[in-house]
Amino acid sequence: MKGIEHLPPWAAVLTAVFLLTGAAVTLIGSLGLLRLGTFYERVHAPTLGTTLGTVFIAAASMICFSVLQTRAVLHEILIVVLGIVTTPIALTILVGAARFRDTAERAQPAEPQDK
Amino acid sequence: MSQLMLTYSLVVAQALLELAIGCGALRIFLGPRAQDRVLGFDTLSVNAMLLLLTVGIRTGEALYFEAALAMGLFGFVGTVALAKFLLRGELIE
Amino acid sequence: MTRLLPFPIVSVCLLALWLLLNQAVSFGHILLGCVVALVGGRILTVLELPPVRVRRPGVILRLLGLVTMDIVRSNLAVGRIVLGFGRRQRRPGFVEIPLDIRNPYGLASLACIITSTPGTLWVNFDAQRGALTIHVLDLVDEEEWVRTIRDRYERHLLEIFE
Repeated sequence: MKGIEHLPPWAAVLTAVFLLTGAAVTLIGSLGLLRLGTFYERVHAPTLGTTLGTVFIAAASMICFSVLQTRAVLHEILIVVLGIVTTPIALTILVGAARFRDTAERAQPAEPQDK
Repeated sequence: MSQLMLTYSLVVAQALLELAIGCGALRIFLGPRAQDRVLGFDTLSVNAMLLLLTVGIRTGEALYFEAALAMGLFGFVGTVALAKFLLRGELIE
Repeated sequence: MTRLLPFPIVSVCLLALWLLLNQAVSFGHILLGCVVALVGGRILTVLELPPVRVRRPGVILRLLGLVTMDIVRSNLAVGRIVLGFGRRQRRPGFVEIPLDIRNPYGLASLACIITSTPGTLWVNFDAQRGALTIHVLDLVDEEEWVRTIRDRYERHLLEIFE
């Protein structure tokens, strides 16, 4: 199998730009996890990485492997679809759980804690 | 020239994604409440999936794609299971 | 047709998934993928899901375009908020939106659209009152969010599913 040193210049530049954009978007999203104040604000942060971050890095991988193997390598689409379909489900269940815990705590404030 | 640029940007992209994984890990350690920790775990698994894709481009090894796919699936299943656990306190009803 | 292929869309997606994973469009793989698609569709009948009726493929494409545009735009907006540009008073909060859509598949699609757009989050749907609660990261005008969700997404989803 040929390595990345066999890529023609235009493909190399395109791959590099997509990779850096995707990684930067993902990092900004994850930084939001640390910088935002409350739980409900923080849940918004990882969706940056799962939408645009994944799309850019998968596009970089598709360009790189399609050019190297001189045929259309499309299976990275699966990762994009996986990310876009599963993350909302996981986050919605998580927010539901958080709300349930919040209301359950508010319902019995005088209850003594276990520890 | 462009090859050199690609090599460097691969290293930089890997470093950025590792920082992003660090952010997720920090949220798991800091997280004031359990749901924050689960959220940190979800972010960490997505970032790890992207890192695996990047490593795949760097080595030219197509096998990393399968690893990334498995990572994404396990991250999703893990997050859902943990969130369910927070909701009920037990996994199998 | 309905006995053999109870969920045609799911079966086609399974076949596409099989071919993409194997990265091959040979006769053997298409045959194996068809077996996977048929068996997968039959297994789904055990769950006793309500039947899916999808109409107007043109509207689906337009909705996909709208959602892609919104995802890119709100990625930029949330990125700006996280990095702290334009530091004015930001007010996160919950918005309650009355919805007309009742189809479970339509609601599921709406949940995916709202949550995967950075900056908005599906929190709760009260089926009795038909009221949806979402959380918005940068809440400027509640009325505008109600209008956005209803006109941009719900109208299209109603056309597709009902």
